[in-house]
Amino acid sequence: MGKVNFILDGKEIQAEKGDTILQAARRLGIYIPVLCDHPALPPEGACRICLVEIEGQRALHPSCTYPVSEGMVVETNTERIRAARKFNLELLVSDHPLDCMTCDATGDCLLQDLAYEYDVTEDRFEGTKHHYSVNDPNPFIQVDRNKCILCRRCVRACREVNGVEAISVFYRGFSAYIGFGADSSMDDSPCEFCGSCVEVCPTGALWPKQSLGQGRPWQVEKVRTTCPYCGVGCQLILEVKDNKIVKVDSAWEGPSNHGWTCVKGRFGYDFTSHADRLSHPRVRKYLLDGKKKPTASKRDPEKEANPWQWVEVDWETALGIAADRMRQIRDDHGPGSIGFLTSAKCLNEENYLMNKLARQVIGTNSIDHCARL
Amino acid sequence: MSGNDIDVALIDPILQEFKEQKGAVIPILQRTQDIYGYLPEDAMQEISKKSGISISQLYGVATFYAQFNLEPRGRHLIQICDGTACHVRGAPKLVEAVEGQYNLEAGGSDPDFQYTLEIVYCLGSCGLAPIALVDGQVYGNTTPDSLVENIKELD
Amino acid sequence: MPVLKNLTELKELREKARAQKADRENNKLTIILGMGTCGIAAGANEVAAAVREELDKRNIEAEIVNVGCIGMCHNEPLLDIQEPGGPRVTYTKVKPAMVGKIIEKHLVKGELSKRWIFGQLPGENGQTIEGLKTYDELPFYSKQIRIALRNCGIIDPESIEEYLASGGYGGLEKALFQMSPDEVIEEIKDSGLRGRGGAGFLTGLKWEFCRKAKDYPKYVICNADEGDPGAFMDRSVLEGDPHALLEGMIIAGYAIGAPEGYIYCRAEYPLAIVRLKKAIQQAYDLGFLGENILGSGYSFDLKIKEGAGAFVCGEETALIASIEGKRGEPRPRPPYPAASGLWGKPTNVNNVKSYAIASQIMVRGADWFSKIGTKKSPGTAVFALTGKIKNTGLVEVPMGISLREIIYDLGGGIINNKRFKAVQTGGPLGGCLPEDALDTAVDFDSLTAAGATMGSGGMIVVDQDTCMVEFARYFLTFASAESCGKCVPCRIGGQRLLEVLTRITRGEGSLEDLDEIERISKYMREGSLCALGQLTPGPVMASLRFFREEYEAHVTEKFCPAGVCAGMYAYEIDADPCTGCGLCAKACPTNAITGEKKEPHAIDQLQCIQCGACYEVCNFGAVLVKRKHELPVAEVNK
Repeated sequence: MGKVNFILDGKEIQAEKGDTILQAARRLGIYIPVLCDHPALPPEGACRICLVEIEGQRALHPSCTYPVSEGMVVETNTERIRAARKFNLELLVSDHPLDCMTCDATGDCLLQDLAYEYDVTEDRFEGTKHHYSVNDPNPFIQVDRNKCILCRRCVRACREVNGVEAISVFYRGFSAYIGFGADSSMDDSPCEFCGSCVEVCPTGALWPKQSLGQGRPWQVEKVRTTCPYCGVGCQLILEVKDNKIVKVDSAWEGPSNHGWTCVKGRFGYDFTSHADRLSHPRVRKYLLDGKKKPTASKRDPEKEANPWQWVEVDWETALGIAADRMRQIRDDHGPGSIGFLTSAKCLNEENYLMNKLARQVIGTNSIDHCARL
Repeated sequence: MSGNDIDVALIDPILQEFKEQKGAVIPILQRTQDIYGYLPEDAMQEISKKSGISISQLYGVATFYAQFNLEPRGRHLIQICDGTACHVRGAPKLVEAVEGQYNLEAGGSDPDFQYTLEIVYCLGSCGLAPIALVDGQVYGNTTPDSLVENIKELD
Repeated sequence: MPVLKNLTELKELREKARAQKADRENNKLTIILGMGTCGIAAGANEVAAAVREELDKRNIEAEIVNVGCIGMCHNEPLLDIQEPGGPRVTYTKVKPAMVGKIIEKHLVKGELSKRWIFGQLPGENGQTIEGLKTYDELPFYSKQIRIALRNCGIIDPESIEEYLASGGYGGLEKALFQMSPDEVIEEIKDSGLRGRGGAGFLTGLKWEFCRKAKDYPKYVICNADEGDPGAFMDRSVLEGDPHALLEGMIIAGYAIGAPEGYIYCRAEYPLAIVRLKKAIQQAYDLGFLGENILGSGYSFDLKIKEGAGAFVCGEETALIASIEGKRGEPRPRPPYPAASGLWGKPTNVNNVKSYAIASQIMVRGADWFSKIGTKKSPGTAVFALTGKIKNTGLVEVPMGISLREIIYDLGGGIINNKRFKAVQTGGPLGGCLPEDALDTAVDFDSLTAAGATMGSGGMIVVDQDTCMVEFARYFLTFASAESCGKCVPCRIGGQRLLEVLTRITRGEGSLEDLDEIERISKYMREGSLCALGQLTPGPVMASLRFFREEYEAHVTEKFCPAGVCAGMYAYEIDADPCTGCGLCAKACPTNAITGEKKEPHAIDQLQCIQCGACYEVCNFGAVLVKRKHELPVAEVNK
């Protein structure tokens, strides 16, 4: 790839051949506002926010699709451009609820940021607004088409990144909206709920149901971690409030996932603070009492406490009982009678140790791992 | 549309014909609509399943083009041109007349699915404006009375 | 017929076709019927049946030839009688009941009834009948130069032999056997031909860009998605002379180096599609399409793609998306289709007329073409003349002719002796021009400078009874319904603009709304993705510019001077011209009009529903459109 020299906002700039104006500007840290463009997705040229002025061209052009060429002269922030951007923002706001005070995306909304930047305060047109019902019954993603700006990032993410194509634009013109499958609900469509659409949505149109009302961006602590579910090692950013995970974002810097993840990583975190989650080891009462496994029918509830009852114990006791029982089974029935299934939620080191336990201590080769399934 | 069982096997020859053709979504939908009069969801699912074209793309395309109907239509199709030439020569009055006569709205059908009224833009016979099509038959220089008369002649 | 394997075989076939035609003209009685969609809509099928019946009855042997549209829509159905060795005599507005009389008078008694005869088209050798005007002497045709429409209404579009006999495929012959692809492009460039789809980009230059693109395969596409309401010239070519288009496309394919082409045709033109399919089959059968065309070594395949009802698919990138089976949404350019078009390959998209003209340029040369019309817009322009005009139809005129000449000389002026108000060119994305712009020259640049556009050639004339605000609102309704919805300025801006216009036509507008129109228009123009969004405000901007006082009457006085916008006017009878004929009282559905016979009548404003029936029937211009507040309060009482 060769180099191209051109002039951006009066400065001589060198860009890679094949770059769009926006890409070239980004490389150099020059800010051009965008709505529909997303660095991880192919450009669309739809929102008309990244418009720039190109010398010799009558109309304004979107910098996200316009390729750089030798000697071209580009302005990114003239009065004319700012006025055009502001007009487009006014149009978007005119068909958008003005409910930022209760919207979950507040503080994490590109439309809000740009309205602030361009001083768009109200709906100046007072024209028809869409009133879509917000009732998609799927368990994970709230779909609020009233907040959708039809940037089509979700469509592109679903198609280009995930290859699922569950999302498309339906109808046209002012009647166009984002739809799923056969114009059905999300769970009646081929959607796999990877949540990539949520990740790239610039407004509150697509939002995790679990995260609704759970906290503002500035109220949460962001913790980067590795997804515990499988061996891919997706990098996630947990949004934590009051020591509780309230939302999961995927990290764009993740070397193995580049900002994407699957349904488990994004939505399967409620176990971490679930009431049923065990925080201490427990054993059956009959084991603790050193008794034989009782049959349910012989038990007399009047006379004795339930031998099946779970009793909270310390780790020492619990592991001791487990080790004793395993040894006994091995001795009575041979090492082949025991199999091990380990977990993707464990570290490599832990899985290695489990392997040692199975093969060397117990003497069985029957060991497998859930991520292999 | 529940209760409207359709024979999806009728689509097979169409899918076979366009199997090798790139980007044949539109002709496939056109031919499917020729069979059923509209695009039933079962047919759409069948096309998606057998052609590998995602169901969302099929619906995205079908809802984009004015030609496609996702709902069944009336037994008779009345199309009134509201292209410019027809508009200035009185097409809106034709629309009113048909709407009033058959208790329907432009773009919809009457309660018994006997008549569907569609507004179309320019059939290219502007010299004879206003134009109406009744079941594909073109009528030029139409008046509200003559159009209603032409429709009555159908039965 | 066997495939033509070389130039000699083509020449032989053409000679044979010519001989056949001459034989028919010299030795046979021919009856020619106009069978375009417009003719059929006017009853040509019934006329044809009557002709057959009549000939059978009288035992007259004649050949019946069906031709496409010759452009006189106002005179359809048309019937021509050509006696052996004579000219074509044209009968107009033929009804089945007239057929018997026409045949009896013309063929049995040898009388030529001037009442029904429009004129004559001289025969092959210039033969005419004395006493009848030739087409060239008639105002509708005298100023026309027919290039794109050269064969429309003249030859049988379903016969490739007739096309060959008229010199057809001569341009292809020249290109394939006498010129290199680069020379073909030079010829088209030298002719100065500008794209007839509306934008007016130089056709030769477009071909050159595509030829120079490195990728392969390349594609040639014909944009036959004529979606402008009020434009039907492409249909006329497709129905009346499909081979002219095919020939132009094959030439373009050869020049560009493309092995394949597509014709993207609206599904609303079923007859055009039938005729195209037939023409393509004939071209394959004779070897004008397919492998090794006429033994030249060049191969070209051609397919038809039917549109599915989306105006925006007239935009080239949307059209390409549609052929690819996607939603017909435009994408930003660059890259232009010449670099990356269909399936990402270099693609040339031209309009029907551009190809049809290109094939003729190849026959007659760049020099011939560039001398017609003006320097910057050489050649001819085809217009579909419609609206409140006497002679509606298709005309092809040299560029540079004035609007006035087209409307008054060719079009015959306004119907019912009403006053001309405006002419809309360029369809729903064009603009209207008022009376004092009537001397504007018709070419790409002058029309744009005047505030309208050439567009694809719709020309709609409106009279005093058209409200310019409502007219603009109508175009906006169309354009915003056809917006693809991809970019913000067009999707929401078009809707907002329509809302402002709707407000004004309902009497709810304000003076600030006029500023708002200008503001929305400005930014839609500047920021929309494609020409549809950029030009949607065109009609509103033009009418606001030229008819601002009409807008102001709507917003300040709540008055619609044309008497169109509901509730914003009242009717009153002017006692002076009123003769008391009583027609208005009879027409009134609410019995609001009373008066003694032969005495001036009056309207009871309380009963009047402003239906306009009295206004329509009055022969003396006595019914006037009035501001409501000009009438006594008691009468209006609202």
